[in-house]
Amino acid sequence: MKKKYMNPYLAGTLLGLVLLAAMFISGRGLGASGGIKYCVVSIVGAVDKPHAEKSAYYSKYFKDGQKPISNWLTIEIFGVLAGGFISGAVSRRLKFKIEKSPNISKARRLALAFAGGVFFVYGAQLARGCTSGAALSGMAVLSVAGFVTMIAIFGSAYLFAWFFRKNWI
Amino acid sequence: MGPFTSVAGFPQWLDLLIAFLIGTGFGFALEQGGFSSSRKLAGMFYGYDTTVLKVFFTASIVALVGSQFMSYFGLLNMNLVFVNEYYITAAIVGGVIMGAGFIMAGFCPGTGISALSIGKIDALFYLLGGLTGAFLFAETYPLIQPLAEGAYRGPVKINEALGLSPGLFTVLLIAGAAVMFWLAEMAEKKFARPDITEQI
Repeated sequence: MKKKYMNPYLAGTLLGLVLLAAMFISGRGLGASGGIKYCVVSIVGAVDKPHAEKSAYYSKYFKDGQKPISNWLTIEIFGVLAGGFISGAVSRRLKFKIEKSPNISKARRLALAFAGGVFFVYGAQLARGCTSGAALSGMAVLSVAGFVTMIAIFGSAYLFAWFFRKNWI
Repeated sequence: MGPFTSVAGFPQWLDLLIAFLIGTGFGFALEQGGFSSSRKLAGMFYGYDTTVLKVFFTASIVALVGSQFMSYFGLLNMNLVFVNEYYITAAIVGGVIMGAGFIMAGFCPGTGISALSIGKIDALFYLLGGLTGAFLFAETYPLIQPLAEGAYRGPVKINEALGLSPGLFTVLLIAGAAVMFWLAEMAEKKFARPDITEQI
């Protein structure tokens, strides 16, 4: 039998302490989309080195012999995978499944998940951070960018929610 | 005095070990909070589950208050902690695109990774989409560069923009969060969907 989720205020306190530790030890916030970007930069560098060297975008990540795969954010998201796995194991939630509303097909769920990923990470590159790197970490250091990004993400999701309601409720 | 990485000059292997451990704590907290479930996350936008709001604001307030106390007692030099740079248009347009992605998939990048870690196959598709999105951004960067780098305001702090002390702004934020938590609890009763919440 799977265990219940942690009380949200307690889980929030735990998450806040992890963020505080990142600020106190490493002088930075938490991130997720940044690590995804470094994975892509590494793959492009491995597959097509001349393209990466020519491009103004990719080349800055390889300057001075840097390796994007050993960036702080890349290693951190591998930690997120490990931490999620430990939590799932402790609470007996490890299971291969496609989670979806019974009203939609598996194919529709997977297609929307893929499309949502494209949108979210594209937007996160533009805004220089996602819900964790820009909104959560940004608010914790009182940055205007953090508050504005948070309001833009949640505000627009509420506006779009009506159009996507049949996929969820 | 923190942050240790820059003050003490940690070697790279130690810096990356810390990155892994902090990531582990991050992933553990997200999964424990229920952020590995897209139907739970999406509940935020239909009112039947407001965990996102509660976890999100509690976490930012804990880190905000904690860092200010540490700074006050001379344990943390806040001038060495990264403050996000404000590019007005990029923050708003990027945020709106993210919001669209959020409601399509029910994940943000961190929660998607957390969901993948416990075996959600939809999260795998989400992250493959995420890799595609980052690739598309890199390849279209020359086109979008004016928007991405325009309207730059620097690492502005919100309390300074409003002419308030950090402490006073924090108190106001906590009061605002308390009101939102109360509204969230009401919403969960009004828009309750036991058929969904029992499954997640």
